[in-house]
Amino acid sequence: MGAYLLRRLLGAIPLVLGVATLIFFVLNLAPGDPAALFANPNVPPEVIEQIRRNLGLDQPLGIRYLKWLGAFFTGNFGYSFAQGRPVLDILKEALPNTLELAAASLVLVFVLGVAIGVFQAVHQHSAADGILSVVALFFYSMPSFWLGLMLMLLFALKAHEWGWLFALPATGITSIDYDYLSAGRKVLDRLEHLILPAVTLSLVLAAGIARYTRGQMLEVIRQDYIRTARAKGLPERTVVLKHALRNSLIPVITLFGLYLPLLFSGAVFVEVIFSWPGMGRIIVDAIFQRDYPVVMATSFLFAVLTVVGNLIADALYAVADPRIRYD
Amino acid sequence: MRLLEVRDLRTYFRTEAGVARAVDGVSFGVEAGEALGIVGESGSGKSVTSLSIMRLIPEPPGEILAGSSIWLKGEELVGAPETRLREIRGNDVAMIFQEPMTSLNPVFTVGDQIAEAVRLHRKASWKEARARAIELLGLVGIPDPARRVDAYPHELSGGQRQRVMIAIALSCEPDLLIADEPTTALDVTIQAQILELLGALRRRLGMAIVLITHDLGVVAEVCDRVVVMYAGEVMEEGPVEQVFREPRHPYTQGLMASIPRLGQETERLAVIPGIVPSPTAWPTGCRFHTRCPYGWELCVREHPPLFPIGGDRGARCWLETHPERRAAVDRATGGFLGLAGVGAAALGAEGPIALEATPAESWHRRAAGEPGVPAPEATAPDAPARPLAEDPDVERDVER
Repeated sequence: MGAYLLRRLLGAIPLVLGVATLIFFVLNLAPGDPAALFANPNVPPEVIEQIRRNLGLDQPLGIRYLKWLGAFFTGNFGYSFAQGRPVLDILKEALPNTLELAAASLVLVFVLGVAIGVFQAVHQHSAADGILSVVALFFYSMPSFWLGLMLMLLFALKAHEWGWLFALPATGITSIDYDYLSAGRKVLDRLEHLILPAVTLSLVLAAGIARYTRGQMLEVIRQDYIRTARAKGLPERTVVLKHALRNSLIPVITLFGLYLPLLFSGAVFVEVIFSWPGMGRIIVDAIFQRDYPVVMATSFLFAVLTVVGNLIADALYAVADPRIRYD
Repeated sequence: MRLLEVRDLRTYFRTEAGVARAVDGVSFGVEAGEALGIVGESGSGKSVTSLSIMRLIPEPPGEILAGSSIWLKGEELVGAPETRLREIRGNDVAMIFQEPMTSLNPVFTVGDQIAEAVRLHRKASWKEARARAIELLGLVGIPDPARRVDAYPHELSGGQRQRVMIAIALSCEPDLLIADEPTTALDVTIQAQILELLGALRRRLGMAIVLITHDLGVVAEVCDRVVVMYAGEVMEEGPVEQVFREPRHPYTQGLMASIPRLGQETERLAVIPGIVPSPTAWPTGCRFHTRCPYGWELCVREHPPLFPIGGDRGARCWLETHPERRAAVDRATGGFLGLAGVGAAALGAEGPIALEATPAESWHRRAAGEPGVPAPEATAPDAPARPLAEDPDVERDVER
């Protein structure tokens, strides 16, 4: 297992390298001149040319690629064109926020999805099963940016206007007075801010997991070993939550790897909508500003996170299913 | 008091094609320590009977009808609360299944799966349960049990998995072991080993066995008494030796005749013509009349009861009340030879018995190997029935 993971990790290097290369060239093919962004009509062309030279944009693409790649793998992501500070600093601020959002969503996706799926399978053909199926389909077909806006409208604005018991903060990661709160209140404040973005990001994916888990459970519950478990006299709870669920989860775990890219791309939308200061919002801002170093570093980081996530999924797969041996 | 007393068991299933009367008024009993065989073709209701005793029939679509009774040590299981049934399952009554390859959970070690029942019923600690699992693996003949206890099912062969299933079943020393086709999925040498093991364990632990099989050889080897089932009913029952030496019901005779024998020169293997009818529409009268070579119009009209025929035996056949017909049949077949050899299909040599011409006579001819008599379809079967004679497992000589 350890050897397998090491092999996979080594195998990931060319993959990541390829991703970096692709990002670099695609971005340089895109129209738009970063130097022009600093300019207004009154700036003389010599100055723009000077900016371009300062940024290294006057050199041939191949040279720029090699220099960039060399710097990249020594951990030097360069300087942001727009903000004039190291990209690394920007990522350092943004990465934890994105990871917080992604982790919370991932937990929600699987806990919510699996729980609903199991419930539906156990109560197959009941009214609750039917209703949940429709609800799941509803959220599954919902664009997350629209869903986010609706949730914000309802639980932040209307909840406040209509004087509900609670109203959630609409945007941001902390309140304005965050620095003055006690430690306990700080945690609470962050959680409050996390709820809407995390729920928005999870609902769509959780709906998919619920459908999938339900199908798997119904498949597994018909197996001979479930009858064996019942013949032992085990209570139905144990039969379902131990014998059936463990087997149903094996294919669901593979979805974990597949869902990571969806989660990250969803995070881009959600972070923009909820002004969440994470990598998603950074990359969108950077794209509009033609801030190549930031765009490249952020895309690269997303790619690395996805590769690592898939590795984790493979490892979990082997843990869940003893029939899988990686050697 | 008998260990198990099944009275008038009716297990029906609601299907789209109608109500399937899979088990329809079955009665039998098992004494403590006794081995009872239940035989019949696929679709005769023997597996549903066994699952009904465990109350493991999925409800819905299944239902055990009111009026059915299953007494275990004097306690009525029909209508018993689920909590009580869970105490009984795996503890007083245990079960092993046909498919050892799929009957064990692939993601838990065999030790865990054995220990689970011990912990549940005996309130044993993890450590005690594990020790018991190792002990049981040794008991069922798994080599190196202390190591094998941590094996996963996919690391074991089919025969070993069935041994593990037996270990699970025996873990709480049940009074009754129900074995539903325990050797059907195994190859012949392993079959013999598993049967030997079951027999040895039964003698050692003094438990009763209900062995469900379509293999008469298995019954002859293991069982004291036999119940022959067809179309959801008991057709014949009695001590194994008597039933096999002198089968009274034409269906039992047919089953006996379908066993290939070493050293017997026959051009064709005898088969019971036709297939088991669909449980949503059993034939009227005697349910076997559509396939019976000796039937007459009474068999089409009236449903025969299970006639007691001396000692411990019974047969659900109108021939029991019509000695003159039985005599004619006996003359034609040279008596119900059963084990000695000649089956229904061998009748062709002597020609059909001169009975009055009835609709049922066509069956007679068909059984005698005459071609060209079209078969009136009873009903379309849900699944193609497998004639016993085609089953590769049926190759053990009963007389051995």
